[in-house]
Amino acid sequence: MLARLDEFERALLALDRVRVSELLDAVAASQTPLLAVESLIRPALERIGKLWEDNRCALSQVYMSGRLCEEQVDALLGPAATTTRVAPGNARLALTVLEDYHLLGKQIVRTVLRAAGWPVLDYERQTVAGLVTRTCADEIDILMISTLMLPSALQVREVTTQLREQSPRTRVVVGGAPFRFDPELWKEVGADAMGTNAAEAVAIVEGLAGGAP
Amino acid sequence: MIRNMTPMQRIVTTLGHRPPDRVPFFLLPALQGARELGLSIREYFSRPDHVAEGQCRLQAKFGHDCLYAFYYAALEAEAWGGEVIFRDDGPPNAGLPPISDVEDILRLTPPRIEDSPGLLRVLETIRQMAARTQGEIPIIGVTMSPFSLPVMQIGFEAYLLLLHERRDLLNQLLGLNEAFCVAWANAQCAAGANAICYFDPVSSSTIIPRSLYLDTGFPCARRMLARIPAAVAIHLASGCGLPIVDELAATGAAMIGVSSSEDLAEFKQVCRGKIGLLGNLNGITMRRWTPAAAEAAVKDCIAKAGIGGGFVLADNHGEIPWQVPDEVLFAIAEAARRWGRYPLDWLTTAGEV
Ligand code: B12
Repeated sequence: MLARLDEFERALLALDRVRVSELLDAVAASQTPLLAVESLIRPALERIGKLWEDNRCALSQVYMSGRLCEEQVDALLGPAATTTRVAPGNARLALTVLEDYHLLGKQIVRTVLRAAGWPVLDYERQTVAGLVTRTCADEIDILMISTLMLPSALQVREVTTQLREQSPRTRVVVGGAPFRFDPELWKEVGADAMGTNAAEAVAIVEGLAGGAP
Repeated sequence: MIRNMTPMQRIVTTLGHRPPDRVPFFLLPALQGARELGLSIREYFSRPDHVAEGQCRLQAKFGHDCLYAFYYAALEAEAWGGEVIFRDDGPPNAGLPPISDVEDILRLTPPRIEDSPGLLRVLETIRQMAARTQGEIPIIGVTMSPFSLPVMQIGFEAYLLLLHERRDLLNQLLGLNEAFCVAWANAQCAAGANAICYFDPVSSSTIIPRSLYLDTGFPCARRMLARIPAAVAIHLASGCGLPIVDELAATGAAMIGVSSSEDLAEFKQVCRGKIGLLGNLNGITMRRWTPAAAEAAVKDCIAKAGIGGGFVLADNHGEIPWQVPDEVLFAIAEAARRWGRYPLDWLTTAGEV
């Protein structure tokens, strides 16, 4: 299986669509489509995320391979998969970009979560007030916030302060360039976790949902 | 060696890969002039004399070795029909990309500088700076690279898809952007800019792999640099550059901006005597620095890249965030003067032990 995963990762990085689907189909046929997703797609995206973090692959490869995987998940499990499957611990997930016009980071996180087969509410771009209102109304357990600009990252403090009052159940996960350049920043703004690459969102959600009461 | 050089002499000497009197430093405070003048960021950038005055005051205050004519990146997107969105506590951003359907690239024509009020303001700022400094302080103009500009013209996702799936449209767009950027850089030089900072983060290895750079951003940079009549610094805006350092040096650039996530010493090893280095203080953590932390960071950069010249100390992005306190900037300036005096005895002596 490891050799197959290595090959799958190489095929993704090379954006070799044909090979990617051959490898997935082989697992899906001999075992189950879900296993193909869990044993190839998820670990490969995690590896590619880590490679990017270590400056050993580029964001264009992260993005394009994420898209390819999302397509494959739809083909394997059917586009409705994310409405029938649930996130760990039945957690309600939401994803947003705060006060920032840069949506790419959020899109990549969304792709990764979809590839994991979990439903996630996409709030697109939000202001602090709008975000707090929606998070409370939707009873979100895990709110994922992406920012690219430093002032937007600093605004997360306002969100966590208000949520602590109004929706204490909500855990806040942050990510994006300012948090990568300053590894202390997520604590300073009162977040519960930070992902240095998009694929980390999966393990973080599992950690937080598993630890929730 | 001249004991007290002007900033211009210092920069010219270091770019000739000889040690000047001290390590030059570029603070690159693009926004902070607003604070000096007691204006909002939007008001500040609304008039060219504000920016000329702000930059001159900041230079007098901190003693750095340039005047920075950069407003904000979205200004160039605005020339192509984009919107600029201001905020009170940071740089303005580009709004929705002006090109919503990539097929429209086929019908696009580049804007003329003289029809773009924002660009004309920058040119006027440069003329006013040039009149005030009389050639003693280098004036740095800025252009987004034709290869990085599309992120703001069509959006990042659409651009990544274009790069992978639509080479025809990519080449068409790059051709238009090159015509625009050459005109824009040349206009800044004619107005009095002494050097151009060519911002090209999409070429960085953070964003695209070296193989893709070799057939896209690299040939584009080579064509561009041949047509800009001034020294050019290629700035990856804190994106990584080590995997493409040889190509960056082969573009004809005088300097490369280095990210804080890479090792300046590794760059120095490859670049010594060939191409100058600019960097690589972390602007994001800078807002929390104590004066001692600032001093340590400055010493570290000088130790890694200062010897022999070919080095300008600066932040790693080409712009100091609004949230960085003045005390930190004073501490950086102070440390650069204290530890940057050539022949950098504290390093050579330590090195001999
Ligand atoms: C390429 C680039 C540009 C390009 C394109 C930018 C764009 N997207 O529009 C251009 C040249 C246009 C540009 C311009 C500017 N830039 Co710029 N740019 C960059 C660079 C190199 C990459 C940015 C990027 O888009 N990366 C792609 C995204 C997807 O990466 P990411 O946010 O890190 O996301 C990844 C992870 O962090 C994670 N992630 C993201 N969100 C989340 C959320 C969760 C929950 C999790 C788990 C993970 C996660 O997943 C992603 C993939 O793994 C960065 C520096 C860098 N090294 O990162 C500076 C950077 C983003 N720029 C910066 C700035 C300031 C600007 C300007 C405002 C400069 C100016 N004064 O004009 C303009 C704004 C332009 C605009 N759009 O209006 C700053 C922002 C921080 C700050 N100082 O405030 C940065 C960080 C540079 C720095 N070190 O300071 N830039």
